[in-house]
Amino acid sequence: MESKEEPRIKKLWELFLVFFKIGTFTIGGGYAMVPLIEKEIVDVKKWIEKEEFLDMLAMAQSSPGPIAVNVSVFVGYKTAGLLGSIIAVFGAIFMAFVTIILVAIGLSNIQDNIMVEKAFKAIKPAVVALIAAPVLRMGKRAGIKGLGLLIPIIVVVLVALFNVNSAYIILVAAILGIMYGKWKKVEK
Amino acid sequence: MNIMLNLFTTFFKIGLFSFGGGYAMLPLIKQEVVVDNAWITASDFTNLIAISQGTPGPIAINSATYIGYKVAGIWGSVLTTAGICLPSFIIMIIFTKFFVKFRNNDLMEDAFKGLRPTVVGLMAAAAILVGQGSFIDYKSYLIFSAVFILNFLFETDPILLTIFSGVLGILLY
Repeated sequence: MESKEEPRIKKLWELFLVFFKIGTFTIGGGYAMVPLIEKEIVDVKKWIEKEEFLDMLAMAQSSPGPIAVNVSVFVGYKTAGLLGSIIAVFGAIFMAFVTIILVAIGLSNIQDNIMVEKAFKAIKPAVVALIAAPVLRMGKRAGIKGLGLLIPIIVVVLVALFNVNSAYIILVAAILGIMYGKWKKVEK
Repeated sequence: MNIMLNLFTTFFKIGLFSFGGGYAMLPLIKQEVVVDNAWITASDFTNLIAISQGTPGPIAINSATYIGYKVAGIWGSVLTTAGICLPSFIIMIIFTKFFVKFRNNDLMEDAFKGLRPTVVGLMAAAAILVGQGSFIDYKSYLIFSAVFILNFLFETDPILLTIFSGVLGILLY
């Protein structure tokens, strides 16, 4: 038993550390977590397969609530079960919680600090690039090309220009995917 | 109603009924905490968003923690943070179980064939939305281009790039 328990505790501790690191550098909202997950979880730890990455994001966006929490639950659960998902979420929100409490108490005026303000002026466009790059990479890997490219373009227009809620888009995309699959089978 | 219970249920409700992540959640959070419950003022809420963007962590979590603390101290913030995470938590556990069990199912595979390119579009839209207000001068565009090229072509570590950009910001601005 002992030999089985020890790696599990080690794994949970590792999960906490990785998500703590990811949560700390998730600046500017949950989407900023995506490049960090790709690097730390997919490339370094290999807890999630490259092919699963987009599927995981699809699920995280179909579920309500913060994307960062949804992603943490998925990775934590796949890595170490229910306890793993609790630990991953805890790790991911730990720094967020501590920093906000310090700000709310008035111990930290991080938001008024001139150095922080300067740093953020440069970090903001960097974060945009860091969200865009892995998505293009994953799209390429998923083999989206030709007419298939129309789908992401239509989605961008719907969300960015017409403010359509992503939940509806996800639902329609899944249904269209299933219908297209059925239609192809009938054709054969 | 007991304020602690009210804090928890309000944020549970926000966590349950908001889709699309942090920025998409803000209008619902505002409705609940500024309009319906009057826990903080509208100008406090604007401040809160600025603070959330400048501190680590997801924006929805930051807002929950801040409002919980302002209304009922440290235990208030624990309850609001737990409340906003809990619906996500339960639903994602169900999704993940389902995914692991049925991932080779034909229907599931067809659905994901539709979802994959859609998610690429949703993330691109997220980049555009996050990008609003992030580009203030030519230096912003240079930083964006450099970080994009380094990460896309050379897979340079995103944390390293974030730290490097921060230092660059202190030097440049």
